[in-house]
Amino acid sequence: MEKRDLKGWLYLLPAMLFLGVFMVYPLVDVFIYSFEEEFNFASQSFKGYGLYNYSYVLRDPFFMQAVKNTFILVIITVPLSTGIALLISLGLSSIKPLKHIFQTVYFLPYVTNTLAVGLVFMILFKKTPVSDGLVNVLINLFGGESVDFIDGPYWAKMLVMCIYTIWVVMPFKILILTSALASVNEDYYKAAKMDGTSKMRTFRKITLPMISPMIFYLVITGFIGAFKAYSDAVALFGTNLNAAEMNTIVGYVYDVLYSDGGGYPSYASAAAIILFAIVLTITVINLLVSRKHVHY
Amino acid sequence: MKVVLKNLTKKFPGRSKKDPGVTAVNNFNIEIPDGKLIGLLGPSGCGKSTALNLLSGLLAPTSGRIYFGDEDVTDILPEKRGIGLVFQNYALYPHLTVIENILFPLENLKGSEKLSRDEMMKRAMEAAKLVQIEMLLNRKPKELSGGQQQRVAIARALVKMPRLLLLDEPLSNLDARLRLQTREEISRIQKETGITTIFVTHDQEEAMSISDQIIVMKDGVIQQIGAPQEVYDDPKNLFVAEFLGTPQINTFTGEIKDGKLYIGDEAVLNIKGAANQKVYVAVRPEAFIPDANGPLTCRFKALEVMGRDISVVFSSKFSDRKALRAIIGADVKVEPKDGVVRFFVRSQKTEVFNWDTKERVYYEEA
Repeated sequence: MEKRDLKGWLYLLPAMLFLGVFMVYPLVDVFIYSFEEEFNFASQSFKGYGLYNYSYVLRDPFFMQAVKNTFILVIITVPLSTGIALLISLGLSSIKPLKHIFQTVYFLPYVTNTLAVGLVFMILFKKTPVSDGLVNVLINLFGGESVDFIDGPYWAKMLVMCIYTIWVVMPFKILILTSALASVNEDYYKAAKMDGTSKMRTFRKITLPMISPMIFYLVITGFIGAFKAYSDAVALFGTNLNAAEMNTIVGYVYDVLYSDGGGYPSYASAAAIILFAIVLTITVINLLVSRKHVHY
Repeated sequence: MKVVLKNLTKKFPGRSKKDPGVTAVNNFNIEIPDGKLIGLLGPSGCGKSTALNLLSGLLAPTSGRIYFGDEDVTDILPEKRGIGLVFQNYALYPHLTVIENILFPLENLKGSEKLSRDEMMKRAMEAAKLVQIEMLLNRKPKELSGGQQQRVAIARALVKMPRLLLLDEPLSNLDARLRLQTREEISRIQKETGITTIFVTHDQEEAMSISDQIIVMKDGVIQQIGAPQEVYDDPKNLFVAEFLGTPQINTFTGEIKDGKLYIGDEAVLNIKGAANQKVYVAVRPEAFIPDANGPLTCRFKALEVMGRDISVVFSSKFSDRKALRAIIGADVKVEPKDGVVRFFVRSQKTEVFNWDTKERVYYEEA
């Protein structure tokens, strides 16, 4: 028995080594960093342990801006993208001709490079000497005035950011939801039909509960993904996100570590731990809610 | 309510030009009497589920009409036909409790049919009582045994007080003991409610045991309709004879020649009233009489003692089947000599079918 245990551990060893070195150790390290006060990068020394890094980060207007941006992004994009993905999936599963072509088209954004997509959005939204961007051309067509979506007012930039995020995360959600819809046993629908169940009631009382585990999976991973947003903002607004008021929490962590004013691992660690706490809280709330509403 | 099918046909088109498609239901003309339990019986792929779906309205027929009573329901939507359908896998909504499942069809009712909450509850409770699941109302389907799920499914089908109850392979998902119990249960529920009920099965024992009438199908064509015992005793063709009865009827190649019925070259019966022809001779297992002087010579294989009866397993060079079976009383002695066992056959349970048409050839014992 003991020998078999040993063998088991041996098989696990490579994975555990990697996880230990590249995940557990950095995690613990970040946690410790976040409490080390007045860390000196050159001498690798610090004065003592305390909460100063946290209070600094929380008083930093750039950090608060990043938190605000991230929250707006999360609150707008997660429900919207899930909802729209559900509508599209329902559409996809109810059509027969060209179904596979449509499925492929809807999946394209998933395999497209972030920066390439960023470029497309530039063409759509950015003002250049030649053009005001496709969207502005349309707005002008209907008699509206051009809006600078990339360097203009905050709401316009946030709008582009949200549309971008929704567009990027949609394919994965559509993929998951179409397969969830396809896995619902046809007999339930036949039974509902025999009982004269209306389309709406069939959807609310049968389809939705049946795919609820997948929906909550998407909501939870959607929250986590949106909280971790960074590269999307860079793709749209460039690397100086603080100046553009478009920074996210992860962006802030990066800036404090590496950008011009950077070199403060303690502040970065504190910000990262705060992000971790936020994500953890939201996920726990999500799980508690889902336990009530997700069936079987 | 009686159900009448007139020239009912359902063709499924082929997938390509070469594929002619399948005629799953071919020109059905049946009249199903009111308040009876009907078994629709046939091997898998014979079109019985298609027939059921035509009745329920989930499929539209290629041609022909369906009448419920005097009403032509062929073009009426499934939900307007007044049908209760129990699916093979029960299709209970897994996220709803038993009582919510039973209430579901009632909550769909609209307009003048709409019921008050109390009325719904009353009807649901009646249905639950009928199938004896009152104590399980707050469970989820996955917390029930197969038999209990089956009852819930029947209750859900009955709660709308349908004119016709359809059961698709109602016993196939149950183990052997539950199957026995449940089939009696179905028979009881049908008698209590008096609702015309049609159930589909490939298990002839199931169909024979509880049906008032069985309809035997093969390849989309009705082979024979009648009371179970009638069909068993008087099969119209070789398929029906071979399909009904366990152990299966024993089929030999034979001939009618000059007043004698031959199995191979052994004359087993003196007969009259049938012309000379090549035939299949089908002998029920209970029609063999072992006797050292019997005309039918077979290779003895084994004796299987089953308590009340003995089953003699043997083979014959005049039959394609590897193992033939005779069932005899436990008090009868079987003494095979040199691996050979000999039988007389009873004319009563020995059926003869024309070699080419496989239709029944009637004869009398001389």
